[in-house]
Amino acid sequence: MVERFGKSVKRYFKDNFGILCALGAMVLFLYIYPRTHATFLTQTNIFNVLRQNAPNLLLSCGMTMVIILGGIDLSVGSIIAMSGVLGAGAVVWGGAPEIVGILVGVLSGLLFGLCNGFMIAMTQIPPFIVTLASMNIAKGIAYVFSGGKPIRCMTDAWKFLGAGFVGPIPTPVVTMFVVFIISVLFLNRTRLGRQIYAVGGNDTAAKFSGINTAKVKFVVYSFSGLMAGLAGVTIASRLYSGTCTSGDGAEMDAIASVVVGGTSMSGGSGRLGGTLIGALIIGILTNGLNLMGVNSDWQYIIKGAVILLAVYVDFLRSNKKAK
Amino acid sequence: MSEYLLEMKNICKSFPGVKALQGVDFQLKAGEVHALLGENGAGKSTLIKVLGGIYHPEEGQIFINGRETAITSVNRARDNGISIIHQELVLVPHMTVAENIFLGREPVGKFGINYVRMGREAQKMLDTFDLGISAESLIADLSIAQQQLVEIVKAISFNCRILVMDEPTSSISDKEVEHLFEIMRDLVSKGVGIIYISHKMSELNIVCDRVSVLRDGMYVGTCVVSETPRDILINMMVGRELNRYYTRDHVKSSEVVLKCKNLDDAKKRLKRVDHVSFEVRKGEIVGFAGLVGAGRSETMHCLFGLTRGSTGEVYIEGKRVQINSAVDAMRHGISLVPEDRKLEGLYHLQSVRFNSTIEVLHEFISHLRVNEEREAEITQQFIDKMHTKTPSQYQTVTNLSGGNQQKVMIGRWLATSPKLLILDEPTRGVDVGAKAEIYEIMNELTKQGVSIIMISSELPEIINMADRVYVMCEGKVTGCIDYEDLSQEAIMKLATLETVGGQNNG
Repeated sequence: MVERFGKSVKRYFKDNFGILCALGAMVLFLYIYPRTHATFLTQTNIFNVLRQNAPNLLLSCGMTMVIILGGIDLSVGSIIAMSGVLGAGAVVWGGAPEIVGILVGVLSGLLFGLCNGFMIAMTQIPPFIVTLASMNIAKGIAYVFSGGKPIRCMTDAWKFLGAGFVGPIPTPVVTMFVVFIISVLFLNRTRLGRQIYAVGGNDTAAKFSGINTAKVKFVVYSFSGLMAGLAGVTIASRLYSGTCTSGDGAEMDAIASVVVGGTSMSGGSGRLGGTLIGALIIGILTNGLNLMGVNSDWQYIIKGAVILLAVYVDFLRSNKKAK
Repeated sequence: MSEYLLEMKNICKSFPGVKALQGVDFQLKAGEVHALLGENGAGKSTLIKVLGGIYHPEEGQIFINGRETAITSVNRARDNGISIIHQELVLVPHMTVAENIFLGREPVGKFGINYVRMGREAQKMLDTFDLGISAESLIADLSIAQQQLVEIVKAISFNCRILVMDEPTSSISDKEVEHLFEIMRDLVSKGVGIIYISHKMSELNIVCDRVSVLRDGMYVGTCVVSETPRDILINMMVGRELNRYYTRDHVKSSEVVLKCKNLDDAKKRLKRVDHVSFEVRKGEIVGFAGLVGAGRSETMHCLFGLTRGSTGEVYIEGKRVQINSAVDAMRHGISLVPEDRKLEGLYHLQSVRFNSTIEVLHEFISHLRVNEEREAEITQQFIDKMHTKTPSQYQTVTNLSGGNQQKVMIGRWLATSPKLLILDEPTRGVDVGAKAEIYEIMNELTKQGVSIIMISSELPEIINMADRVYVMCEGKVTGCIDYEDLSQEAIMKLATLETVGGQNNG
């Protein structure tokens, strides 16, 4: 047991060597750099980074599976806005208990995921188009429902999910790790998980193998929607309000995390372990640039460059392996 | 002037862990068809890729017309008059024939590409060979054979003097092969040298002048085809006696395992399966013969539950069953090894292990536990059984040779312990040694009581292996022949509809 655990840890380091180095270098730099030395490696800041990035990792878990499946889910950013607004609205305007509000938010995300999954599994419409459409619809629902204004919700029970603590640990960090572990188990330890790789690797072959490809697609997109719903209420809780603009561009951060984590956009291969590091890289980068006092306009440019660089280095490495 | 159009001397090329070519010599004369023979993995493709500028050899020289030439890139190869028609067609499906022929060198006029001139010139080339293909038709609308011919025209349009054809006949029917050979003879008479790679020994005598044999990356020898018996060539290729090549103990069984009545794909356009009925008995190999496009694969897809809306009755061991999906079929003990392993079979990015066990996940994954030992055991069992050559179970399946990929595929479906195994062109693109091994396994399976349906376009194979052969033509079964009466003529007659309805043989 111990031996096998050691073996998988070793394999993990070998598989993700490149991005682990990048992550290490980044942490080291922020620790040494005078302006960030004092603040970066404090418990407050670490929890801060993790709390802020928990929603991104939630999305990335779903997105990893979607991309392994050979697809894409553009709707998750908008679902964040929608589920936050619906959840907060249910509590503030509907007078529902907070737990019901949270469920409303999460389930609205799941519902969108189910619709995405149904369309993609049952028709030949490409996932890009289906989720592009649902992205707009979700965004529209958020605006129509809230009238474009934030729905403020300040109760303690509502704040718990995003801004609260479980013992000393921020709640979203706990959520994030629980979801991550469930995702890893699902992807690596179930037949359905294996079949995701098969469908993404060769759809036709999967059909000949007797794999219910429609079911696999349906489940994966539903899961992605569910994650987006959960991320949405988490953010709405952290910000004490559901807003139409939260989650803008979140789908792109999730895709970036997955790709930096070494999952191929062409489908059929990839690991959640890489995605975890990818998400950390994206998160720490933003945090570090903030601590260094870099103007947020410039942060976009730097983030873009880092993504490109990370993927290029990984591309070189896998090319070398192939030869 | 040298005697040879092309001379390759002492070519060496290695990949990590493999010496793909070790001092290979090869000579091609102008105006000859020179066959290149060897088992899968013998180094044929590597040699061709060296010639085509895709690989760069570590050692060795290449002389063209007696002058030493360094082929450093694909374009350099083309400049030297070398054209290669790869096994996989590389045409763009949604472009016209003319656009494909002129891809990357379109004739440009004042207002951009001159489509009129392009079409005219392409048509002229096509007509030279009397192909009956319009330059304006889309590649996607052509048959595989026609696409192959377009590839050839494209290759020739580069003014090539050295033409390499890598298994050009693997996916076209006998009639079309004839046409292809005519064109080859025509080219040869114009002084082109053709290097011809094929696994079909019967073609050598028809079209080739000389043959060179490679084995395990080494040059074995060159002989004149007409003076060399087939046994000697096979010996050269495999380096061992293959006396069990094409032998089988026929069986006569009365127990009907599968009975299909009026299978029909229920399509109005492009109908491929038209009220097909047949039966399979226990421990029997049933052949399905016919020309490409006769509907043999499509019939099996209907049986296997892959064709939506198909109709017909299926009885397994006398009981009527409903098969609406591949899962249903597998539950009833039917397995189908598809025809096109690249498109329909392999998970290319994944390991041999993943590819071997994807059908039997339930045997080692349950309740969030993956029993890796069991998975390794299953994989190893079928690597051993199929004699698959792979460095490890973790090897990415794309890196195996065609024959070994096919073995992984067959192993995968054997892992489901089927009662009825459907093999669709099981030996396409597979070398002689691996073929013999596949026949051996089929024979063994039938002895264990497994029934096999084998679709094959190679008549000798089907005649030697099958106990009974159904012949199809244009979606209909035109006849059924017992093994005593099997002959190429009998099958071809039925396959070309000369006796519609198959009155003679019922």
